[in-house]
Amino acid sequence: MKIVIMGCGRVGARLAGLLDIEGHDVTIVDTDAYSFRRLSPDFGGTALVGDGMDESSLRKAGIEDAEAFFSLTQGDNRNIMAAQIAKNIFKVPRVLCRVYDPLRRELFNSLGVEAFSPTTIFAQMLKEKLETETEEAK
Amino acid sequence: MYIIVIGGGKVGYYLARTLLDEGHEIVVVEKDPARTEFICNELGSVCVRGDGCEVATLTEVGTGRAEMFIAVTGDDEDNLIACQVAKHKFNVPRTVARINNPKNEVIFKELGIDVAVSSTNIILESIQEEVPTHSLTHLLDIRDKGLEIVELKIPADAKTVGKEIRELKLPPESRLFLIIPKQEKPRLPTASTVLQAEDQIIAITTPESEEALRIALRGS
Repeated sequence: MKIVIMGCGRVGARLAGLLDIEGHDVTIVDTDAYSFRRLSPDFGGTALVGDGMDESSLRKAGIEDAEAFFSLTQGDNRNIMAAQIAKNIFKVPRVLCRVYDPLRRELFNSLGVEAFSPTTIFAQMLKEKLETETEEAK
Repeated sequence: MYIIVIGGGKVGYYLARTLLDEGHEIVVVEKDPARTEFICNELGSVCVRGDGCEVATLTEVGTGRAEMFIAVTGDDEDNLIACQVAKHKFNVPRTVARINNPKNEVIFKELGIDVAVSSTNIILESIQEEVPTHSLTHLLDIRDKGLEIVELKIPADAKTVGKEIRELKLPPESRLFLIIPKQEKPRLPTASTVLQAEDQIIAITTPESEEALRIALRGS
């Protein structure tokens, strides 16, 4: 599967590595070439310097044939905008996006953007972790 | 009219000042505390510190009763998201976003923003008009029809001087609708109108055939 990832932070780089090992054709885009140091040394995909909100950069990254797009930069608004471009302009079948702000995530989920809030997920996970371990200790 | 302005930079500040003078009710939302204080000192307490993309901030400033929502920060993505939140969460009837990257104009329209104003394009066009050698000036965009009204000047040494309009190879999408000769009164062009040096021509065209129109009229 052809996959485009925007944002080569810790999550982006790790996801790119995982998908690459599975045999997918991965292109990762970041505005800063220095961020590609996070990619594992045996990453077999393409790392491209470019802005994931810019149509021509996205075209270069092969978004037109992509079956999935992830937006994983630090900016919620950037992620949502890129996700909407991928979904509405390039008609990428599967678009996933990270949105830290839970309220914004909720709103844009209702507008058809498949967004996840690490804030909510991680807080929930920590709470559950605490509860299960307390039970084990009993 | 109650109008919310997102971004208290130069554009936001002067916009708010103008709209206040016209008698509208204005709130400016600005992230930077120092800038917020400056605007409050200058314009009275019309500036609220906060993130204009956040539902909580927008609830606080009463976005639900706003008739217009204008996002003019320096970041296109922030302007887009702020307008989308205003539109979909608060049902604001009219949203206007400033665009810095002209490429985003089409994208913003596609994503449901009512009006997208490209500040870069506006500056470019104004400067173009001042460049004496520039042969084609954009006067007006009729965006929803994909047409534009442009002005061209026929240089004295153009190959088309002395030719009739019917001899020109005008692109089919273009229409000339006014000729302003240097000395005489403006007139409506017909097929037999002869082009003269220094004629100013007002035409309607599509952005794609702009170049072809320029070549047809100037002969180069």
